[in-house]
Amino acid sequence: MELYAPILVLAVLAAGFAIFSVTIAPFTGPRRWNRAKLDAYECGIEPTPQPVGGGRFPLKYMITAMLFIVFDIEIIFLYPWAVAFDQLGMFGLVEMVLFIVTVLVAYAYVWRRKGLDWD
Amino acid sequence: MNGGTIEAPTIEYALLAPMLIVFGAAIIGVLVEAFAPRHLRKAIHMPLTLVALLGAFLLTILQAVRDGVPTTPAAMGAVAVDGPALFIWGIILILAFVSTLLINDDEQFVAQAAAVPGSNDEEEAVRSGYAQTEVYPLLLFSVGGMLLFPAANDLLVMFVALEVLSLPLYLLCGLARRRRLLSQEASLKYFLLGAFSSAFFLYGTALIYGYAGSIDLRAISSSLGTVAGQDTLLYIGTALLGVGLLFKIGAAPFQAWKPDVYQGAPTAVTALMASTVLVAAFGAVLRVFWVALGNLDWDWRPVMWGVAILTMVVGAILAITQTEIKRMLAYSSIAHAGFLLTGVIATGAVEQNRDALSAILFYLAAYGFTTVGAFAVVTMVRDAGGEAGHLSRWAGLGKRAPVLAGIFAFFLLAFAGIPLTSGFFGKYAVFSAAVASDALPLVVVGVVSSAIAAFFYVRVIVLMFFSEPAADGPSVAVPTVGTSAVVALAAAATVVLGVFPEPVLSLADQAASALFVR
Repeated sequence: MELYAPILVLAVLAAGFAIFSVTIAPFTGPRRWNRAKLDAYECGIEPTPQPVGGGRFPLKYMITAMLFIVFDIEIIFLYPWAVAFDQLGMFGLVEMVLFIVTVLVAYAYVWRRKGLDWD
Repeated sequence: MNGGTIEAPTIEYALLAPMLIVFGAAIIGVLVEAFAPRHLRKAIHMPLTLVALLGAFLLTILQAVRDGVPTTPAAMGAVAVDGPALFIWGIILILAFVSTLLINDDEQFVAQAAAVPGSNDEEEAVRSGYAQTEVYPLLLFSVGGMLLFPAANDLLVMFVALEVLSLPLYLLCGLARRRRLLSQEASLKYFLLGAFSSAFFLYGTALIYGYAGSIDLRAISSSLGTVAGQDTLLYIGTALLGVGLLFKIGAAPFQAWKPDVYQGAPTAVTALMASTVLVAAFGAVLRVFWVALGNLDWDWRPVMWGVAILTMVVGAILAITQTEIKRMLAYSSIAHAGFLLTGVIATGAVEQNRDALSAILFYLAAYGFTTVGAFAVVTMVRDAGGEAGHLSRWAGLGKRAPVLAGIFAFFLLAFAGIPLTSGFFGKYAVFSAAVASDALPLVVVGVVSSAIAAFFYVRVIVLMFFSEPAADGPSVAVPTVGTSAVVALAAAATVVLGVFPEPVLSLADQAASALFVR
């Protein structure tokens, strides 16, 4: 039981801090509202007003983010491969080329579908 | 860097060739989307998809006939291409080929998925003849995942396969031309619930790894009973894996997505999903529960009993209350998942396992063909707003289109398991396997829910043949060559498997004879 006492104390402290912060904030915090604060938070881009049944909304930011993830993953694989290039030998090289080719196919699709044009 | 070289893994490319062909064709399909002019795309995709599926099928046959069934797992133990896997590949590839013929029908798919339903953008897309031809590469990626899923011999490969098969399906579900909002809602629901269940599967994998120290199914199997004091990890892991897998087959209480998704998705995609995903997922369920957790069957069997009974009863009873033909077929599919689960439970001595496995394989083949056929018929019964989904609209169809209604009635009888249809032998084989392993109460529940299910199948038949047709009733669209070929093939398969099942039964027996490789 004594083993678990610190965990229990930590849980109580954490809960106490969370409840304290949430209850105290409305009383002590200054309220100076402006337009930016009232907007929905959208990772730094302009949130898009969407009328009911209205038109499309731009996906530029999402497409860029997705592409970033694709290339990020590519690097995650490339980097350790480059470090262990000697040991991995021919098999590693061929597999890596195949992997890059498949990523390139996706890249070509995005490029041809104008996913790289911002406007 | 100095030091030794890492030995390159041995990969049996010949064994994996069916999957590689399908995935390769999918990648070529993406390139076609990128570089081919719009009006040529469909003309390239259609033969590419069909040839890839056919080629993969022929290679599967070739593997089974010429080189024999491998007795050890391939690709360093990551993939097991064994008898059941080859049989399941065969079924999936034929069913996917047949579904592709249905998907070829333009009426099914939205002109431009990004256009908001009912907006000017959408009208413009329809006017200028856009088409979402990405359907074909997506289908190929999904089929590739379905091939890998039942053959995966470790949990991580299985998880990757699960994602590869699911993600394209989520997209395909949202592409219906008619009733766009329903379709998009189905897509979103399927995605959210599917992602949730994948997370369960992954968490289960992590816990099992914590117990066994391996994700390899054989290693998990041999670790059972040797790890002291970690049983909780194993039980929770097993339960979570089970949730992930049972979601995919739509067993109760994880069946909620099925009616919504089957109804909302374009009917051609529903045909693909309802047949092939069930086949692939049952392959994976069997592999996990028989190969990895086979020695734990005293622990998971009671839970599986409950799931099977619940699935059969929920599927059969809720189907009665349905008024939409695709929702009704969805609940029928849930009931059939329950019948198949009785086969999963029918483990015991090697002989019993063989019988149960062969029964499940035959059942999957029979059910897959009938399902594709039934949904193909659904695509043909149309009125002004697209497919006439509501059951009341089907009243008197037997008088307007006797042949089509007759074929549909035949499919329904096969679902009900009437003798001389494929459904009878499938059910008979699965239930007798369950009886042999002392699961008699389960079989009693199964037979009773079959009787309940027969009631609503027959009700539709009565509605079609013995009610007066509505004045403004739906018309039967003139089928495309593809659609009529699908209906004819499915009807032929249902007859042949019902009247003359020996060849396929013995093929299933052969596939099951060595059980799963370990």
